[in-house]
Amino acid sequence: MKPALFDHVAPASIADAVAALAGHPGAMVIAGGQSLLPAMNFRLATPPALIDISRIAELKTLTVTDRAVVVGAMVRHRTVELDPAVARAQPLLAAALAHVAHVPIRNRGTVVGSLCHADASAEMPLLLLLTDGHMVVAGPTGRRTIAAADFFRFHLTTSRAADEIALEAHFPVLPAGAGWAFEEVARRSGDFALASVGVIVERAADGTARKVAIAAGGIASRPIRLTEAENALLGTTLNDETVELAAQAAAAAVTAPGDIHASAPCAASWWRRSSARPSPPHATAPPPPDRDRRRPPPARTAPPPQPPGSDRPTEEDGPDDPDPKEDGPRNIR
Amino acid sequence: MIPTRKKTALATSADPRRSVTLTVNGESVTREVSVRMLLSDFLRHELGLTGTHVGCEHGVCGACTVHVDGHSARSCLSLVVALDGAEVRTIESVASEDGTLHPLQEAFHACHALQCGYCTPGMIMAILDHLESDRPLDLSDEGVRELLSGNLCRCTGYANIIEAVRLAAARMSLTVEA
Ligand SMILES: Cc1cc2nc3c(=O)[nH]c(=O)nc-3n(C[C@H](O)[C@H](O)[C@H](O)COP(=O)(O)OP(=O)(O)OC[C@H]3O[C@@H](n4cnc5c(N)ncnc54)[C@H](O)[C@@H]3O)c2cc1C
Ligand code: FES
Ligand code: FES
Repeated sequence: MKPALFDHVAPASIADAVAALAGHPGAMVIAGGQSLLPAMNFRLATPPALIDISRIAELKTLTVTDRAVVVGAMVRHRTVELDPAVARAQPLLAAALAHVAHVPIRNRGTVVGSLCHADASAEMPLLLLLTDGHMVVAGPTGRRTIAAADFFRFHLTTSRAADEIALEAHFPVLPAGAGWAFEEVARRSGDFALASVGVIVERAADGTARKVAIAAGGIASRPIRLTEAENALLGTTLNDETVELAAQAAAAAVTAPGDIHASAPCAASWWRRSSARPSPPHATAPPPPDRDRRRPPPARTAPPPQPPGSDRPTEEDGPDDPDPKEDGPRNIR
Repeated sequence: MIPTRKKTALATSADPRRSVTLTVNGESVTREVSVRMLLSDFLRHELGLTGTHVGCEHGVCGACTVHVDGHSARSCLSLVVALDGAEVRTIESVASEDGTLHPLQEAFHACHALQCGYCTPGMIMAILDHLESDRPLDLSDEGVRELLSGNLCRCTGYANIIEAVRLAAARMSLTVEA
């Protein structure tokens, strides 16, 4: 028997679940269990009780409106990833979900569980922040809405109170005609990202960027918006020069030091090489007028993050050949 | 001397049990289990279905992959108590009752896609999820590698497993992505 002793409650309604959570001090909510059970199997987490929300039918709905993709707390990653209406309304979701773990884990894990877990490298928190989305949570005193910007506090820490259950996440749809990109660097497919970035750009009729959103994961203690990089592009025509400036601003936002997977010089080298590379074509928007076909920097431009508490490596990757996607992993965990 | 480890305070000292009914390989089974029973342990210890292997118990290696309600899932990351009413399918049900191998198993055999075989049941269950879906398969190098990326093999170096996936897809005449 791997997990430590716990009690298990499986309520059938949101009201019962809120009551059960309040009635069991120290209890944790379990949704897909794909983050919580690994921790419990290793006894890193020993909650005295689990409030299992998987029987609550109200939490299983995935709704696409003309304003947002609304993901209920028991909607699995894979359901969102493969939904054609979601793909039309907010293509960044499927693009980012393809990087989350592996299919068997996405078959069980939930989008809202990932948001509540709030790993600093996780894709869904980055997307909620990028799209200016929000969470709806319920507690003993009722429901409230929490904007993405206020939800993620620190690695594995959100502003959800311990007695609140997240009910749904709202990801606003991609604005008509907007261009977008999602990129990440990971040592192996399905690993948590060393660094990831999502971009949404809306253009004015004259081709200048009217609205720019850039969010990054894995480079700080929580997902962050790269405001300086956004400002570097705002009002410009996204030419090589402004993209370069934005990429530099993005790199300056990195607060995570190197770790076993990527040292600081290695990161700097990725950055130098990738700044010379055009972004891959992820845009769904009609291509921008004539010459300015580039979108803002891909994830490769951002130096890597560090898991909390990890030491700086003593051995550095050679700066000449450090791209893991091209050259294969140097450090194998 | 074995060092004594201070136990973290647990608010419960009971090990609650629940009666759970699931369908495993088409057969309904009802058991009273501890709420902390993992599906992997349930299959192996309660039902004697030891074809499902256990490697890492934190979702990384894929050896324990089975199908839950028609799709691949890590049995080490599933509590049996949460699966009341679910349908579980394991490697034991993949070949026919008379022992005839599934085309995917035959392809593994033909391509020498296993050595020690520890990873094989998980590989087969993970791959089957894709072969049985109605979405077209991506049989490019990258596509097949991505499909296998959630399953670790310490022996083969993967090359023959990739070949086996392609052979099985061809023998099953599956739709392939252009
Ligand atoms: C091998 C492996 C690789 C992975 N790789 C990635 C990756 O690359 N990127 C990534 O983003 N994730 C990754 N994950 C994590 C995976 O995406 C999880 O499924 C997800 O993070 C959590 O969703 P869940 O439904 O399984 O949550 P659970 O494990 O059930 O819960 C996770 C946490 O959130 C809380 N919680 C869940 N739902 C609610 C709710 N409704 N209200 C309040 N609290 C709630 C729980 O109490 C717990 O603290 C990986 C997991 C594994 C095992
Ligand atoms: S034992 Fe379940 S994934 Fe390794
Ligand atoms: S055949 Fe030995 S682990 Fe894959």
